[in-house]
Amino acid sequence: MARIEPAQRHAELDAPSQEERASSVTVTADLRKDASAAWHLLRIQPGLVLACLILALAVLWALVPGIFTVYDPIQGLPGQHLGPPTAAHLLGTDSLGRDLYARIVYGAVHSLSGALAAVGIALVAGTTLGLLAGSFGGRIETVIMRLVDVMLSIPDLLLSLSIIVLLGFGTVNAAIAVGCTLIAKFARLVRSEVVTVRRSEYVEAAFGSGGTFLKVLWRHILPNSLASVIAFAALQAGWAILQLATLGFLGYGAPPPTPEWGLLIAEGRNYIATAWWLTAAPGLVVVLVVISINRISRALGSIGK
Amino acid sequence: MTAPIIGTIAEKGAPILDVAGLRVAYRDRSGLRTVVHDIDFEVRAGEVVALVGESGSGKSSTAQALIGLLPEGGLLQQGTVRLNGENIAGWPQRRLDGIRGSVISLVPQDPGNSLNPVRTIGEQVAEILTVHGRASGAAARAKAVELLKRVGLSQPELRAKQYPHELSGGMRQRVLIAIAIALKPSLIIADEPTSALDVTVQRHILDLIDDLRREYGTAVLLVTHDLGIAADRSDRLIVLQHGRIQEQGRTADILRNPQSSYTRRLLADAPSLNARPKRSPPRASVSAAPADDIIVVDRLVQDFGTGSDGSFRAVDDVSFRVRRGSTHAIVGESGSGKTTTIRIVSAFQRPTSGQVVIDGLDLSSLRGETLRLLRKKIQLVYQNPYGSLDPRQTIERIVEEPLLNFERLPRRERLAKVAATLEKVRLPTDLLQRRPHALSGGQRQRVAIARALVLDPQILVLDEAVSALDVTVQAQILDLLDELQRELGLTYLFVSHDLAVVRQIADTVSVLNGGRLVETGGVEDVFSNPKSSYTRELIDAVPGKKFPRATDPTLISAG
Repeated sequence: MARIEPAQRHAELDAPSQEERASSVTVTADLRKDASAAWHLLRIQPGLVLACLILALAVLWALVPGIFTVYDPIQGLPGQHLGPPTAAHLLGTDSLGRDLYARIVYGAVHSLSGALAAVGIALVAGTTLGLLAGSFGGRIETVIMRLVDVMLSIPDLLLSLSIIVLLGFGTVNAAIAVGCTLIAKFARLVRSEVVTVRRSEYVEAAFGSGGTFLKVLWRHILPNSLASVIAFAALQAGWAILQLATLGFLGYGAPPPTPEWGLLIAEGRNYIATAWWLTAAPGLVVVLVVISINRISRALGSIGK
Repeated sequence: MTAPIIGTIAEKGAPILDVAGLRVAYRDRSGLRTVVHDIDFEVRAGEVVALVGESGSGKSSTAQALIGLLPEGGLLQQGTVRLNGENIAGWPQRRLDGIRGSVISLVPQDPGNSLNPVRTIGEQVAEILTVHGRASGAAARAKAVELLKRVGLSQPELRAKQYPHELSGGMRQRVLIAIAIALKPSLIIADEPTSALDVTVQRHILDLIDDLRREYGTAVLLVTHDLGIAADRSDRLIVLQHGRIQEQGRTADILRNPQSSYTRRLLADAPSLNARPKRSPPRASVSAAPADDIIVVDRLVQDFGTGSDGSFRAVDDVSFRVRRGSTHAIVGESGSGKTTTIRIVSAFQRPTSGQVVIDGLDLSSLRGETLRLLRKKIQLVYQNPYGSLDPRQTIERIVEEPLLNFERLPRRERLAKVAATLEKVRLPTDLLQRRPHALSGGQRQRVAIARALVLDPQILVLDEAVSALDVTVQAQILDLLDELQRELGLTYLFVSHDLAVVRQIADTVSVLNGGRLVETGGVEDVFSNPKSSYTRELIDAVPGKKFPRATDPTLISAG
């Protein structure tokens, strides 16, 4: 926390001077300035660097799990069940003799792709709803936003469980269910952004230069509303991982023997007295990844401003 | 509680404020950025000294540094500020509190934000008396009412019980002046005290400051960007540019015989000081056929709010005509309905009743696609180029956009047209890939004009298009508009509160007051021979009358 503050103040102080400098003769291209701003942010914030590294590792686990471990996540090794962490098995083995580290590595793809899908669904559906509500206004806005209010009033877990019961169990359906719980949050944020942008003079000027409603929506309202929505999406991706793990833990996600992170925690739960690492290790991984994503989303938010 | 620590009124002649080697800097990423470079000046008792300069010249930073109120990051680096002989530079805030309001006081720029919205006017005026221990309780309240009366507020007892939002901008500025003079300070710093006010109100406020100065012998440091005001109101003038003094001396001397080239340029560009000859005579002569009227506005009425009782008539029975290729100005104070009128003319709003005909097309008959096609004919340029350009688009995209809406040109031709239009508004083409925030205010306004011109419209509606710009930039934009009109035969509908600018650019003028049309006709007729008393009042209130007729004693003594 303390690490971010000076950087933010820094950025605020910079704003006028940057503008003045830019208004003189020497101006680098905007892209380059954005990139250098991002680099500046990384250099002065070791916490952010660490977060990026953790997330990068998790992504690599998901993409090429084979290079991180030699063990099979599904097939157990005979006679090695419930082994403690050793040099051969970094995080020990579970009740069926499977290497826990291998299961965590192979599980990354389920959690990350599930979170990505959930946020993707919510981003598209929520942005569409929010954009419609914010730009049309009137009765359309009232109907959409009251629906959003109803969705927000239902507890997330109850909502996602109900959707899973309707769709059936499975990784994909869990992702869809989590995505649906997020739609309302996105819709509300996008609408408020759109309402602000819509009132701005450049939007009126765009209509004034002959723009049709759809063109103005696409060229001005959408891009100017999206900056904070992207940061919000990153934040929600972390939340979606948690939510997917919760569903997996409760047995509504991927069926065993899939090495899904929530399921790993649930499987280790029975042995917590004798083999606590079976629960602690996947739990810690989930926590670290989610914290990293939150940190990165905050950095995205401050660049957006 | 009798005499303040530092003598209130020094004898005439001795400097009340003596500033030497003042340097002010702001801290930013690259270290310290100096904005005021070692300036020296003094203010004597009973004298008005004007600090003039364009935005970024360091005039406000200077004023704020004197009173120890620099914004965060600001730093009085070195120099002395002698107030009645004592150096107050570097005094801690607590010690400055003792003299702020009593020996030196500030009339801030924006009366809207400088009063506490949740306390009554009376309490806020009384506060200055109680804080400095000059009066308390009922005595302070009575004194507050007296002060409100002194600054010319009607019904002072009532005003004292009101809250800031119940008062107009001019009344609020009077309240701030009442607070500033409450303890009869030796020096008042007035930081752009009238920039946010209409001309007639501006004149009353400046008159008031003048009267009080004469009565109390208070010195005034007037910070302003308006040379007309400085010329009318000051005894001495300090011209700042980039934080350095370009010139200082007696106002009359500088105006008659400016030494630095920068001052000369400022004087030449200030519309209020120059009865610049109207450019070429109107092309179409007076006897033009009515068919040649490109804009016909007939009995326009616009109501806001619900019909029953809360309805407010913003525009009330306004009619005027504009000849093709000429410039028609709409002038009036804030709330006169001028912005509403042009929004109706540019088809952003439908009037309650009345008719607008643009080039033979009745606006009320246009819907959807036909309305969109009208945009090719008439384009609006906004007052604030910071808000009217999409911050995420490049200049090229901004100017290209209207073309995408109408003409299916191949990309190469389209970009050629964009480049040609930028050239028309005298913008270098290497700006094409930049975004608006990398441009200065004047450049941005040129981009806004380019965007309006790229469709080859016949009418340009300019909503206070030069009001937000410095005089030099303003003069450049006005010249540009003039050139474009001659080249392309454009018709301008020019909205402004600045009569000096209007006189320079317009052929005909309509004067609005409270939504009603007060007067309309040729600019020279209306200005030299106003028929309504309101127009006369407006014209009289324009600053800059004292010069170049400073030799005429009747004008000076009128005050």
